[in-house]
Amino acid sequence: MISKAFAVFNKDFHSELRTRYAINSLAMFVIVAISVIMFAVGQEKISEGLTGGLFWVVIFFTAMSGLARTFVSEEERGTSLTLQLVASPSAVFSGKLLFNIILVFCMNTVIALLYAALFESFVIKNYSLFFFSFVLGNIGLAISSTIIAAIISKAGAKGTLYPVLSFPILLPLILTSVQLTLFSLDGTSIEDAKFELAIVVSYDVIMLTVSYMLFDFIWKD
Amino acid sequence: MIWKIILFLLISFVSIAGIAFPIVKNPQAWYEFPNIPGLEENAKIIFFHVPTAWLTLIAFLMSTVFSFKYLKNKNMDDDAKAYAAAQLGMVFCILATVTGAVWAKFAWGAFWSWDPRQTSIFALLLIYGALFALRSSIESEEKRATLSSVYSMIAFVTVPFFIFIMPRIMKGLHPGSADDTGAGPIVNFQMNSSMLFIFVLSLIGFTILYYWMWQVSYKSVIYRDKLNKNLIRG
Repeated sequence: MISKAFAVFNKDFHSELRTRYAINSLAMFVIVAISVIMFAVGQEKISEGLTGGLFWVVIFFTAMSGLARTFVSEEERGTSLTLQLVASPSAVFSGKLLFNIILVFCMNTVIALLYAALFESFVIKNYSLFFFSFVLGNIGLAISSTIIAAIISKAGAKGTLYPVLSFPILLPLILTSVQLTLFSLDGTSIEDAKFELAIVVSYDVIMLTVSYMLFDFIWKD
Repeated sequence: MIWKIILFLLISFVSIAGIAFPIVKNPQAWYEFPNIPGLEENAKIIFFHVPTAWLTLIAFLMSTVFSFKYLKNKNMDDDAKAYAAAQLGMVFCILATVTGAVWAKFAWGAFWSWDPRQTSIFALLLIYGALFALRSSIESEEKRATLSSVYSMIAFVTVPFFIFIMPRIMKGLHPGSADDTGAGPIVNFQMNSSMLFIFVLSLIGFTILYYWMWQVSYKSVIYRDKLNKNLIRG
Protein backbone atom coordinates (compact mmCIF):
# COMPACT_ATOMS: atom_id res chain seq x y z
CA MET A 1 0.00 0.00 0.00
CA ILE A 2 2.82 2.38 0.89
CA SER A 3 4.51 1.91 -2.48
CA LYS A 4 1.17 2.54 -4.23
CA ALA A 5 0.70 5.67 -2.16
CA PHE A 6 4.15 6.87 -3.17
CA ALA A 7 3.35 6.10 -6.79
CA VAL A 8 0.21 8.28 -6.60
CA PHE A 9 2.22 11.01 -4.94
CA ASN A 10 4.94 10.71 -7.59
CA LYS A 11 2.38 10.96 -10.37
CA ASP A 12 0.86 14.11 -8.85
CA PHE A 13 4.29 15.59 -8.22
CA HIS A 14 5.44 15.06 -11.81
CA SER A 15 2.23 16.32 -13.38
CA GLU A 16 2.51 19.36 -11.10
CA LEU A 17 6.10 19.96 -12.21
CA ARG A 18 5.00 19.70 -15.83
CA THR A 19 2.18 22.27 -15.62
CA ARG A 20 3.20 24.17 -12.46
CA TYR A 21 -0.45 25.22 -12.14
CA ALA A 22 -0.85 24.89 -8.36
CA ILE A 23 2.52 26.42 -7.51
CA ASN A 24 2.05 29.43 -9.78
CA SER A 25 -1.52 30.16 -8.77
CA LEU A 26 -0.78 29.68 -5.06
CA ALA A 27 2.28 31.93 -5.20
CA MET A 28 0.33 34.63 -7.01
CA PHE A 29 -2.59 34.25 -4.59
CA VAL A 30 -0.30 34.71 -1.60
CA ILE A 31 1.19 37.85 -3.09
CA VAL A 32 -2.22 39.27 -4.02
CA ALA A 33 -3.74 38.51 -0.60
CA ILE A 34 -0.84 39.97 1.33
CA SER A 35 -0.72 43.09 -0.81
CA VAL A 36 -4.47 43.62 -0.30
CA ILE A 37 -3.87 43.44 3.45
CA MET A 38 -0.91 45.83 3.15
CA PHE A 39 -3.03 48.34 1.21
CA ALA A 40 -5.86 48.01 3.72
CA VAL A 41 -3.48 48.57 6.63
CA GLY A 42 -1.78 51.53 4.94
CA GLN A 43 0.32 53.59 7.33
CA GLU A 44 -1.48 52.32 10.44
CA LYS A 45 0.48 50.58 13.16
CA ILE A 46 -1.23 47.28 13.71
CA SER A 47 -0.98 45.28 16.90
CA GLU A 48 0.57 41.86 17.39
CA GLY A 49 -2.83 40.30 17.97
CA LEU A 50 -4.12 41.53 14.65
CA THR A 51 -1.12 40.26 12.64
CA GLY A 52 -1.52 36.82 14.22
CA GLY A 53 -5.14 36.75 13.04
CA LEU A 54 -4.36 38.17 9.58
CA PHE A 55 -1.65 35.51 9.19
CA TRP A 56 -4.31 32.81 9.46
CA VAL A 57 -6.72 34.69 7.20
CA VAL A 58 -4.17 34.52 4.39
CA ILE A 59 -3.34 30.87 5.14
CA PHE A 60 -7.01 29.86 5.12
CA PHE A 61 -7.90 31.56 1.85
CA THR A 62 -4.74 30.42 0.09
CA ALA A 63 -5.48 26.84 1.12
CA MET A 64 -9.05 27.22 -0.11
CA SER A 65 -7.87 28.53 -3.47
CA GLY A 66 -5.33 25.81 -4.21
CA LEU A 67 -5.83 22.57 -2.32
CA ALA A 68 -8.96 21.37 -4.12
CA ARG A 69 -6.89 20.84 -7.27
CA THR A 70 -5.61 17.37 -6.33
CA PHE A 71 -8.99 15.70 -6.64
CA VAL A 72 -10.76 18.12 -8.96
CA SER A 73 -8.09 17.67 -11.64
CA GLU A 74 -8.67 13.90 -11.62
CA GLU A 75 -12.37 14.46 -12.28
CA GLU A 76 -11.68 17.09 -14.94
CA ARG A 77 -9.27 14.87 -16.84
CA GLY A 78 -11.54 11.86 -16.34
CA THR A 79 -8.74 9.83 -14.79
CA SER A 80 -10.43 9.00 -11.50
CA LEU A 81 -11.82 5.69 -12.78
CA THR A 82 -8.34 4.56 -13.89
CA LEU A 83 -6.99 5.51 -10.51
CA GLN A 84 -9.70 3.44 -8.84
CA LEU A 85 -8.55 0.42 -10.86
CA VAL A 86 -4.88 0.89 -10.11
CA ALA A 87 -4.82 1.65 -6.39
CA SER A 88 -6.88 1.06 -3.26
CA PRO A 89 -8.79 4.03 -1.83
CA SER A 90 -6.52 4.40 1.17
CA ALA A 91 -3.43 4.40 -1.06
CA VAL A 92 -4.97 7.14 -3.23
CA PHE A 93 -5.87 9.17 -0.17
CA SER A 94 -2.39 8.78 1.33
CA GLY A 95 -0.74 9.89 -1.90
CA LYS A 96 -3.00 12.92 -2.28
CA LEU A 97 -2.61 13.79 1.39
CA LEU A 98 1.18 13.64 1.15
CA PHE A 99 1.10 15.95 -1.88
CA ASN A 100 -1.20 18.42 -0.10
CA ILE A 101 0.89 18.37 3.09
CA ILE A 102 4.01 19.29 1.11
CA LEU A 103 2.09 21.98 -0.79
CA VAL A 104 0.72 23.45 2.47
CA PHE A 105 4.19 23.45 4.03
CA CYS A 106 5.75 25.29 1.07
CA MET A 107 2.90 27.77 0.92
CA ASN A 108 2.81 28.52 4.64
CA THR A 109 6.58 28.85 4.89
CA VAL A 110 6.45 31.47 2.13
CA ILE A 111 3.57 33.25 3.89
CA ALA A 112 5.42 33.21 7.24
CA LEU A 113 8.62 34.56 5.66
CA LEU A 114 6.70 37.31 3.84
CA TYR A 115 4.89 38.24 7.05
CA ALA A 116 8.13 38.40 8.99
CA ALA A 117 9.64 40.63 6.31
CA LEU A 118 6.68 42.92 5.68
CA PHE A 119 4.93 43.38 9.03
CA GLU A 120 6.88 45.12 11.77
CA SER A 121 4.76 43.71 14.57
CA PHE A 122 5.08 40.11 13.37
CA VAL A 123 8.07 39.27 15.54
CA ILE A 124 8.25 35.72 16.84
CA LYS A 125 9.53 35.57 20.40
CA ASN A 126 9.19 31.83 21.01
CA TYR A 127 10.51 30.02 17.94
CA SER A 128 10.04 26.45 19.16
CA LEU A 129 6.37 27.04 20.05
CA PHE A 130 5.80 28.70 16.68
CA PHE A 131 7.49 25.76 14.95
CA PHE A 132 5.38 23.12 16.73
CA SER A 133 2.09 24.93 16.23
CA PHE A 134 3.02 25.65 12.60
CA VAL A 135 3.78 21.99 11.83
CA LEU A 136 0.73 20.61 13.64
CA GLY A 137 -1.56 23.29 12.21
CA ASN A 138 -0.34 22.64 8.67
CA ILE A 139 -0.92 18.91 8.98
CA GLY A 140 -4.46 19.47 10.26
CA LEU A 141 -5.16 21.98 7.50
CA ALA A 142 -3.93 19.54 4.86
CA ILE A 143 -5.95 16.59 6.20
CA SER A 144 -9.25 18.45 6.45
CA SER A 145 -8.90 20.20 3.12
CA THR A 146 -7.94 16.96 1.35
CA ILE A 147 -11.03 15.08 2.50
CA ILE A 148 -13.31 18.06 1.72
CA ALA A 149 -11.62 18.34 -1.70
CA ALA A 150 -12.59 14.72 -2.35
CA ILE A 151 -16.23 15.51 -1.51
CA ILE A 152 -16.15 18.63 -3.70
CA SER A 153 -14.69 16.81 -6.68
CA LYS A 154 -17.55 14.30 -6.59
CA ALA A 155 -20.11 17.09 -6.16
CA GLY A 156 -19.17 18.59 -9.52
CA ALA A 157 -16.33 20.86 -8.36
CA LYS A 158 -18.37 23.90 -7.49
CA GLY A 159 -15.68 26.46 -6.65
CA THR A 160 -17.60 28.45 -4.07
CA LEU A 161 -18.67 25.34 -2.17
CA TYR A 162 -15.13 24.49 -1.07
CA PRO A 163 -14.58 27.26 1.50
CA VAL A 164 -18.21 26.93 2.63
CA LEU A 165 -17.77 23.25 3.45
CA SER A 166 -14.25 23.56 4.85
CA PHE A 167 -14.69 26.52 7.16
CA PRO A 168 -16.84 24.89 9.87
CA ILE A 169 -14.60 21.81 9.84
CA LEU A 170 -11.44 23.92 10.10
CA LEU A 171 -12.83 26.34 12.69
CA PRO A 172 -11.55 24.52 15.83
CA LEU A 173 -8.10 24.24 14.24
CA ILE A 174 -8.03 27.88 13.11
CA LEU A 175 -9.23 29.26 16.47
CA THR A 176 -6.60 27.25 18.35
CA SER A 177 -3.85 28.04 15.86
CA VAL A 178 -4.57 31.77 16.03
CA GLN A 179 -4.27 31.46 19.80
CA LEU A 180 -0.97 29.56 19.47
CA THR A 181 0.41 32.11 17.01
CA LEU A 182 -0.45 34.87 19.47
CA PHE A 183 1.31 32.91 22.22
CA SER A 184 4.46 32.58 20.13
CA LEU A 185 4.37 36.31 19.31
CA ASP A 186 3.89 37.06 23.04
CA GLY A 187 6.72 34.77 24.04
CA THR A 188 4.58 32.41 26.12
CA SER A 189 6.44 29.24 27.11
CA ILE A 190 5.53 25.84 25.69
CA GLU A 191 4.52 24.70 29.19
CA ASP A 192 1.73 27.29 29.27
CA ALA A 193 0.54 26.42 25.78
CA LYS A 194 0.41 22.68 26.42
CA PHE A 195 -3.39 22.50 26.42
CA GLU A 196 -3.72 24.27 23.06
CA LEU A 197 -1.03 22.07 21.51
CA ALA A 198 -2.89 19.01 22.81
CA ILE A 199 -6.08 20.25 21.14
CA VAL A 200 -4.32 20.60 17.79
CA VAL A 201 -2.75 17.15 18.11
CA SER A 202 -6.12 15.56 18.93
CA TYR A 203 -7.74 17.43 16.05
CA ASP A 204 -5.10 16.05 13.66
CA VAL A 205 -5.50 12.50 14.92
CA ILE A 206 -9.32 12.57 14.88
CA MET A 207 -9.48 14.08 11.40
CA LEU A 208 -6.93 11.63 10.02
CA THR A 209 -8.87 8.64 11.37
CA VAL A 210 -12.26 9.88 10.18
CA SER A 211 -10.86 10.72 6.74
CA TYR A 212 -9.40 7.25 6.24
CA MET A 213 -12.64 5.66 7.44
CA LEU A 214 -14.92 7.69 5.20
CA PHE A 215 -12.81 8.11 2.09
CA ASP A 216 -13.91 4.71 0.72
CA PHE A 217 -17.53 5.91 0.55
CA ILE A 218 -16.59 9.08 -1.33
CA TRP A 219 -14.16 7.48 -3.74
CA LYS A 220 -16.22 4.47 -4.90
CA ASP A 221 -19.35 5.45 -6.83
CA MET B 1 -54.31 11.44 19.05
CA ILE B 2 -54.11 11.25 22.86
CA TRP B 3 -50.37 12.07 22.59
CA LYS B 4 -51.11 15.23 20.67
CA ILE B 5 -53.57 16.42 23.30
CA ILE B 6 -51.09 15.68 26.10
CA LEU B 7 -48.37 17.48 24.15
CA PHE B 8 -50.66 20.47 23.59
CA LEU B 9 -51.49 20.69 27.29
CA LEU B 10 -47.84 20.25 28.28
CA ILE B 11 -46.53 22.95 25.97
CA SER B 12 -49.36 25.33 26.93
CA PHE B 13 -48.68 24.77 30.63
CA VAL B 14 -44.94 25.30 30.19
CA SER B 15 -45.45 28.47 28.16
CA ILE B 16 -47.95 29.97 30.61
CA ALA B 17 -46.00 28.90 33.68
CA GLY B 18 -42.67 29.99 32.26
CA ILE B 19 -43.93 33.46 31.37
CA ALA B 20 -46.49 34.19 34.05
CA PHE B 21 -45.19 32.68 37.31
CA PRO B 22 -43.75 35.45 39.48
CA ILE B 23 -40.15 35.69 40.62
CA VAL B 24 -39.91 36.60 44.31
CA LYS B 25 -37.20 36.91 46.96
CA ASN B 26 -38.39 34.08 49.21
CA PRO B 27 -40.53 31.61 47.28
CA GLN B 28 -43.27 30.14 49.49
CA ALA B 29 -46.08 28.98 47.20
CA TRP B 30 -45.45 26.24 44.64
CA TYR B 31 -45.81 28.63 41.70
CA GLU B 32 -43.14 31.12 42.81
CA PHE B 33 -39.64 31.12 41.34
CA PRO B 34 -36.55 32.14 43.32
CA ASN B 35 -34.70 35.34 42.49
CA ILE B 36 -31.34 34.38 40.95
CA PRO B 37 -28.86 37.23 41.50
CA GLY B 38 -27.64 38.72 38.23
CA LEU B 39 -30.49 37.27 36.18
CA GLU B 40 -33.73 38.34 37.92
CA GLU B 41 -36.61 38.32 35.44
CA ASN B 42 -34.28 37.33 32.59
CA ALA B 43 -34.10 33.85 34.07
CA LYS B 44 -37.47 32.95 32.58
CA ILE B 45 -36.12 32.61 29.05
CA ILE B 46 -34.33 29.47 30.26
CA PHE B 47 -37.55 27.52 29.65
CA PHE B 48 -37.31 28.29 25.93
CA HIS B 49 -33.62 28.84 25.25
CA VAL B 50 -32.22 25.64 26.76
CA PRO B 51 -34.74 23.27 25.06
CA THR B 52 -34.01 24.76 21.64
CA ALA B 53 -30.26 24.43 22.16
CA TRP B 54 -30.75 20.88 23.44
CA LEU B 55 -32.85 19.97 20.39
CA THR B 56 -30.27 21.48 18.05
CA LEU B 57 -27.79 18.95 19.37
CA ILE B 58 -30.28 16.06 19.45
CA ALA B 59 -31.23 16.77 15.84
CA PHE B 60 -27.58 16.88 14.80
CA LEU B 61 -26.89 13.62 16.64
CA MET B 62 -29.89 11.94 14.97
CA SER B 63 -28.86 13.25 11.58
CA THR B 64 -25.41 11.73 12.07
CA VAL B 65 -26.80 8.41 13.33
CA PHE B 66 -29.06 8.07 10.30
CA SER B 67 -26.22 9.15 8.00
CA PHE B 68 -24.16 6.34 9.48
CA LYS B 69 -27.05 3.92 8.95
CA TYR B 70 -27.36 5.10 5.36
CA LEU B 71 -23.67 4.47 4.68
CA LYS B 72 -24.05 1.02 6.20
CA ASN B 73 -27.27 -0.15 4.51
CA LYS B 74 -27.66 2.23 1.52
CA ASN B 75 -31.37 2.61 2.30
CA MET B 76 -32.77 5.90 0.95
CA ASP B 77 -35.27 6.12 3.84
CA ASP B 78 -32.40 6.62 6.27
CA ASP B 79 -31.18 9.51 4.16
CA ALA B 80 -34.67 11.06 4.29
CA LYS B 81 -34.62 10.68 8.09
CA ALA B 82 -31.20 12.28 8.35
CA TYR B 83 -32.27 15.12 6.06
CA ALA B 84 -35.47 15.76 8.04
CA ALA B 85 -33.51 15.79 11.31
CA ALA B 86 -31.03 18.26 9.84
CA GLN B 87 -33.83 20.54 8.63
CA LEU B 88 -35.41 20.63 12.08
CA GLY B 89 -31.98 21.07 13.62
CA MET B 90 -31.45 24.16 11.50
CA VAL B 91 -34.79 25.61 12.67
CA PHE B 92 -33.99 24.97 16.33
CA CYS B 93 -30.44 26.23 15.83
CA ILE B 94 -31.76 29.57 14.56
CA LEU B 95 -34.22 29.70 17.47
CA ALA B 96 -31.46 28.95 19.98
CA THR B 97 -29.21 31.61 18.43
CA VAL B 98 -31.96 34.23 18.52
CA THR B 99 -33.19 33.47 22.05
CA GLY B 100 -29.58 33.31 23.21
CA ALA B 101 -28.80 36.67 21.62
CA VAL B 102 -31.89 38.26 23.22
CA TRP B 103 -30.92 36.84 26.59
CA ALA B 104 -27.34 38.02 26.10
CA LYS B 105 -28.55 41.55 25.33
CA PHE B 106 -30.27 41.81 28.71
CA ALA B 107 -27.90 39.72 30.80
CA TRP B 108 -24.49 40.62 29.31
CA GLY B 109 -25.29 43.91 27.56
CA ALA B 110 -24.76 43.00 23.90
CA PHE B 111 -26.52 40.77 21.41
CA TRP B 112 -23.29 39.14 20.29
CA SER B 113 -19.92 38.98 22.01
CA TRP B 114 -18.19 35.84 20.59
CA ASP B 115 -18.59 33.97 23.80
CA PRO B 116 -17.42 30.34 23.29
CA ARG B 117 -21.03 29.11 23.35
CA GLN B 118 -22.02 31.71 20.80
CA THR B 119 -19.05 30.72 18.65
CA SER B 120 -20.07 27.07 18.83
CA ILE B 121 -23.71 27.69 17.97
CA PHE B 122 -22.49 29.85 15.08
CA ALA B 123 -20.27 26.99 13.88
CA LEU B 124 -23.25 24.63 14.10
CA LEU B 125 -25.30 27.05 11.97
CA LEU B 126 -22.46 27.10 9.44
CA ILE B 127 -22.33 23.29 9.40
CA TYR B 128 -26.06 23.03 8.78
CA GLY B 129 -25.85 25.71 6.08
CA ALA B 130 -22.93 23.93 4.39
CA LEU B 131 -24.84 20.63 4.51
CA PHE B 132 -27.82 22.14 2.69
CA ALA B 133 -25.54 23.90 0.20
CA LEU B 134 -23.87 20.57 -0.54
CA ARG B 135 -27.19 18.76 -0.89
CA SER B 136 -28.61 21.32 -3.28
CA SER B 137 -25.51 21.21 -5.50
CA ILE B 138 -25.78 17.49 -6.37
CA GLU B 139 -28.31 16.14 -8.85
CA SER B 140 -27.95 12.38 -8.47
CA GLU B 141 -29.93 11.11 -5.49
CA GLU B 142 -27.57 8.42 -4.28
CA LYS B 143 -24.48 10.53 -4.67
CA ARG B 144 -26.21 13.31 -2.76
CA ALA B 145 -27.13 10.95 0.06
CA THR B 146 -23.63 9.46 0.27
CA LEU B 147 -21.73 12.73 0.15
CA SER B 148 -23.98 14.53 2.61
CA SER B 149 -23.78 11.54 4.98
CA VAL B 150 -20.00 11.64 4.81
CA TYR B 151 -19.95 15.38 5.35
CA SER B 152 -22.27 15.26 8.33
CA MET B 153 -20.12 12.57 9.94
CA ILE B 154 -16.96 14.60 9.39
CA ALA B 155 -18.70 17.64 10.82
CA PHE B 156 -19.93 15.63 13.79
CA VAL B 157 -16.44 14.80 15.02
CA THR B 158 -15.64 18.52 15.31
CA VAL B 159 -18.61 19.14 17.62
CA PRO B 160 -16.83 17.92 20.82
CA PHE B 161 -14.19 20.59 20.22
CA PHE B 162 -16.84 23.28 20.28
CA ILE B 163 -18.93 21.93 23.12
CA PHE B 164 -16.35 20.63 25.55
CA ILE B 165 -12.98 22.14 24.71
CA MET B 166 -13.50 25.69 23.43
CA PRO B 167 -15.46 26.89 26.51
CA ARG B 168 -12.64 25.59 28.69
CA ILE B 169 -9.88 27.56 26.98
CA MET B 170 -11.66 30.73 25.90
CA LYS B 171 -12.88 33.23 28.45
CA GLY B 172 -16.64 33.37 28.40
CA LEU B 173 -19.76 34.66 30.07
CA HIS B 174 -21.98 31.62 29.61
CA PRO B 175 -22.40 29.31 32.62
CA GLY B 176 -19.82 26.51 32.48
CA SER B 177 -16.98 28.61 31.00
CA ALA B 178 -13.35 28.55 32.11
CA ASP B 179 -13.63 31.54 34.44
CA ASP B 180 -17.04 30.63 35.84
CA THR B 181 -16.69 30.68 39.60
CA GLY B 182 -19.89 28.80 40.30
CA ALA B 183 -20.13 25.06 40.54
CA GLY B 184 -21.59 24.82 37.03
CA PRO B 185 -24.64 25.88 35.09
CA ILE B 186 -27.24 27.73 37.16
CA VAL B 187 -29.52 24.72 36.87
CA ASN B 188 -27.53 22.89 39.51
CA PHE B 189 -27.57 25.22 42.42
CA GLN B 190 -29.91 28.14 42.17
CA MET B 191 -33.20 26.79 40.87
CA ASN B 192 -35.79 25.73 43.37
CA SER B 193 -37.81 22.56 42.90
CA SER B 194 -40.78 24.20 41.12
CA MET B 195 -38.52 25.98 38.66
CA LEU B 196 -36.58 22.80 38.03
CA PHE B 197 -39.83 20.89 37.57
CA ILE B 198 -41.10 23.30 34.90
CA PHE B 199 -37.67 23.32 33.27
CA VAL B 200 -37.68 19.52 32.98
CA LEU B 201 -41.30 19.57 31.76
CA SER B 202 -40.33 22.06 29.08
CA LEU B 203 -37.39 19.87 28.00
CA ILE B 204 -39.70 16.84 27.76
CA GLY B 205 -42.43 18.79 25.96
CA PHE B 206 -40.08 20.24 23.37
CA THR B 207 -38.44 16.86 22.81
CA ILE B 208 -41.81 15.21 22.11
CA LEU B 209 -42.71 18.12 19.83
CA TYR B 210 -39.46 17.64 17.97
CA TYR B 211 -40.02 13.91 17.62
CA TRP B 212 -43.49 14.45 16.19
CA MET B 213 -42.28 17.15 13.77
CA TRP B 214 -39.44 14.90 12.70
CA GLN B 215 -41.80 12.00 11.92
CA VAL B 216 -44.14 14.20 9.86
CA SER B 217 -41.19 15.76 8.09
CA TYR B 218 -39.32 12.59 7.10
CA LYS B 219 -42.52 10.91 5.94
CA SER B 220 -43.26 13.90 3.74
CA VAL B 221 -39.74 13.70 2.26
CA ILE B 222 -40.23 10.00 1.47
CA TYR B 223 -43.68 10.56 -0.07
CA ARG B 224 -42.41 13.46 -2.14
CA ASP B 225 -39.63 11.31 -3.57
CA LYS B 226 -42.11 8.55 -4.38
CA LEU B 227 -44.47 10.99 -6.12
CA ASN B 228 -41.61 12.46 -8.11
CA LYS B 229 -40.56 9.00 -9.27
CA ASN B 230 -44.14 8.15 -10.27
CA LEU B 231 -44.37 11.38 -12.24
CA ILE B 232 -41.19 10.57 -14.12
CA ARG B 233 -42.29 6.98 -14.85
CA GLY B 234 -45.94 7.71 -15.60
